[in-house]
Amino acid sequence: MMRFPALFAWILLAVALFVNFLLQPNLFASDTLNSNMRVFLPLILLTAGEAVVILAGGIDISVGAIVSIVNAILATRVGLSGSPEAMWQYVIVALLVGVLAGAFNGFFVAYLRLQPIITTYATSFLYAGLALFILPNPGGGIPSPIAELYRSTMPLKLPLAFFIIAILLGVWAYIRSTRYGNYLYAVGGKPQAAYETAVPVTLVQFSTYVISGLMAAFAGIAITMLSGSGNAEIGAAMTLTSITAVVIGGTALSGGVGGVAGPVVGAITLGFIQNIISFARIDTWWETLVKALIIVAALATPGIINLFRRRE
Amino acid sequence: MKRISISPPVAALLLAVILFVLSGLLPNGFGSDLGIARAQALNILRLSAFLGVIAAGQTLVIISGYEGIDLSSGAVVTLTAILTYVVVSGANEKVIPALLLSLVVGALIGFFNGAGISYLKISPFVMTLSMAGVVTGAIIVLNHGNVSGKVAPIMTRLIARPISPGIPIPTVLVIWLLFGILMWVLLERTVYGKNLFAIGVNRVTAKLSGVNVTGMVLATYALAGALAGFGGFLVVGNTGVVMIQLGQPFLFPSIAAVAVGGTLLSGGKGSYWGTMAGAIVLTLLTSLLTTMQMPDSVRRMVLGATLLVLISIYGRQRALRQ
Repeated sequence: MMRFPALFAWILLAVALFVNFLLQPNLFASDTLNSNMRVFLPLILLTAGEAVVILAGGIDISVGAIVSIVNAILATRVGLSGSPEAMWQYVIVALLVGVLAGAFNGFFVAYLRLQPIITTYATSFLYAGLALFILPNPGGGIPSPIAELYRSTMPLKLPLAFFIIAILLGVWAYIRSTRYGNYLYAVGGKPQAAYETAVPVTLVQFSTYVISGLMAAFAGIAITMLSGSGNAEIGAAMTLTSITAVVIGGTALSGGVGGVAGPVVGAITLGFIQNIISFARIDTWWETLVKALIIVAALATPGIINLFRRRE
Repeated sequence: MKRISISPPVAALLLAVILFVLSGLLPNGFGSDLGIARAQALNILRLSAFLGVIAAGQTLVIISGYEGIDLSSGAVVTLTAILTYVVVSGANEKVIPALLLSLVVGALIGFFNGAGISYLKISPFVMTLSMAGVVTGAIIVLNHGNVSGKVAPIMTRLIARPISPGIPIPTVLVIWLLFGILMWVLLERTVYGKNLFAIGVNRVTAKLSGVNVTGMVLATYALAGALAGFGGFLVVGNTGVVMIQLGQPFLFPSIAAVAVGGTLLSGGKGSYWGTMAGAIVLTLLTSLLTTMQMPDSVRRMVLGATLLVLISIYGRQRALRQ
């Protein structure tokens, strides 16, 4: 387990895929695969950013609210009958907003040395309020041809999401090989020791929040293109799910252990589990409870495994 | 140069007075009518009691340190409010059983939080946030769209009304004051209180000095859950109706109230007097925003910004070079 922190995620993914396949025999047909992956992609992007923050010993509770801001901006500024030019302009704006929101978090956590959890919890209220301010009632949206671009582009008959995940993992593999990659692990593991060996701890911590802000903006763009419409509460539930995906993926909440690849697998796994829930035709009344119990079980499993390891 | 220092609870009370005077200057405020001003002040204090009781459990888990927090309290308030509503069904003699049930259910949920945190090493924030999801799910299943029930007359009498027509002080204020004294005794005059501050400062040294740290964490989260359960019981006595989002609006203010009162969010230091003052400040702030007819979005932004400012003042951690 220690040597392969993502092992649990892979096993869980295999089980989830198998059960899903039993319920949905055409699961691996390229159309079905695409319709699943395009739903999972926003969470995957969000999880990748959250994983970087957690790896460096922090946590970002505001990512879901940043997703909501981006969705609100795109839905109100571009509009259902907007031009493609307007869309791409506001995609740039959205990315800048994500970076800015992340930098704001990073400033308070890294430079003012505030506790990450409570700080980003406070900013999550700030950002969620801002999203609601921009878009008080669900509505607006983006032009359907652009949404369709996200939904049904399939290069080489493979889901678009596959290529984006490949790029994501490629970039992470590169980052990990750089000095900055080493800094991330050092800062997350032992900040004091990192500081004493001349690692720019504050700057590294700051940068992780900027990265998670940026990834949250990408996630917001993806989820807006997926749904085609605006809703200022759209990201609210995604924060806890992304943290759960990070934990399943073997990146410890205490920092310094794991990576981004495991959490991405964790996010895909959670996506398939959601699928299973909807295929199992659970009574709507029970859906929230079942989903919440699965989250708790997923969060508890690494702890239970550790409990038994210590007994041995 | 001598620095003037005032303790956070006193600062919070001063802030409350300033906010209250400011609220009087609003176009639709009480202006120069002292009678209305007094009635409004009593009403704010009455409403603060509910937030104050819910924030009591929050104070305990935050003092226990190691990023201690209880995000499930909002959902627990809703759940126990609904349970009270259904169990009581308008009968005075069912009030005590309903109160006990609320305390037990809250304690049980809190115990699960504590178990996840101490045995499975899940961080308190994540554990209690996911527990909030489970409790909300359970509420939806129990509720099934609507519930039938009723609050008992004696609850309305004790929680929502003044002591007597001659004495306009709300009864619930007296309950809150007694509750505050009990909290003070618990924190300052019992072994539990001593150990709580000890595990908040440093769990390793606490353990070495013979404190049962795991037991303390379990007890603290269970107690916090029970106090949230008591909060739910009081809240439904005030509103007289239940809805699925009854407790959620108390959650964020309860954390901010603890912070306003000068309890360190990193643990080990704090008081319930501070939280009581903080609850008054937060209740004033929300009612001020309501009087100014601010939309929900602005309210959320103001609350978020308030907490951010507070932790910037009280919550700074040591620099690595120190």
